Amino acid sequence: MRKLLAIVLGLATALVWAEPTLVDSARGPTPILETTQPPRLGNAVNDDNRLPRNFAQQPPIIPHRVDGYQVDKNFNKCLDCHARAKTAFSGAIPVSATHYIDRDGKVLANISTRRYFCMQCHVPQEAAKPLVGNSFQRK
Amino acid sequence: MLELLKRYWKIINRPSMHFSLGFLTVGGFIGGIVFWGAFNTAMEFTNTETFCTGCHEMRENPFPELKNTIHYTNRSGVRAKCSDCHVPHEWTVKMARKIQASKEVWGKIFGTIDTPEKFQAKRLELARHEWARFKANDSLECRNCHNYESMDFTRQSLRAQQMHSTYLASKEKTCIDCHKGIAHRLPYVPPGESPSDTPGQVVPKGP
Repeated sequence: MRKLLAIVLGLATALVWAEPTLVDSARGPTPILETTQPPRLGNAVNDDNRLPRNFAQQPPIIPHRVDGYQVDKNFNKCLDCHARAKTAFSGAIPVSATHYIDRDGKVLANISTRRYFCMQCHVPQEAAKPLVGNSFQRK
Repeated sequence: MLELLKRYWKIINRPSMHFSLGFLTVGGFIGGIVFWGAFNTAMEFTNTETFCTGCHEMRENPFPELKNTIHYTNRSGVRAKCSDCHVPHEWTVKMARKIQASKEVWGKIFGTIDTPEKFQAKRLELARHEWARFKANDSLECRNCHNYESMDFTRQSLRAQQMHSTYLASKEKTCIDCHKGIAHRLPYVPPGESPSDTPGQVVPKGP
């Protein structure tokens, strides 16, 4: 009985010792009590070159910087240029007509609330090295 | 009343009995310098960030918003403080603005914007005052630092280049026409009165 207990305890200790080698990939090897080094901010692509979609239905990417853009219940900085009423002046790409349709299929005069937060789908780009290899080919 | 005025006029009009002309002239001159210095120092103090953020209205509403913008934090550390944008730099105009600002003292005493809710409710009106002021003086406070002649268009993004070389160059528009809400967040602006002065986007009103 005592021998068995010793074995079980020994195994448990070994497991506990082995535990710290588990690495949280999001956090990296930094111990929980220490602060992680935030990744460096790069320079977002700002060349205004429209890129084609990589696959059907892909939300087009944003080819310019969006630092500090205010998108809240008071104001939407994206729509300040991209709203259909604004594009004649701003020269921006107008928001797709589908974004003016609400979930019941009703066409609205203004952007539908479900499409209001542009950067949920459209994202700015950064010239960063991919973290994981990818063999996807644009068709 | 007239008697009183007459009595004081007599005192002022009478030659000095104890002090020499030299003392009065030199003393008056020195006193003038001291007064002028003190006046301008006090006036300059009301232009500091410590003074502006001395009240919770400014410290808790517009100031934290400024902190996230490029006018407060950026790569080279050159920054604008409240008065750089909100007070004219030239003396006469500055005095006029300071006198106008006595209304803000009134607002402070009677708590016009002493809660965040009151501030949010009034902020469109306050913002409009500033927008009108910038529009009227051709965005002078912007141009104190951002000199049109020194702008290198080739270093700007295509969009910026295009706007600046047309609308700004022709003086059709001034800085504030497009650059509203860059140092503070924008309040809800009713349809058609959106920041770039063109028939605008409409933010859907919540329930």
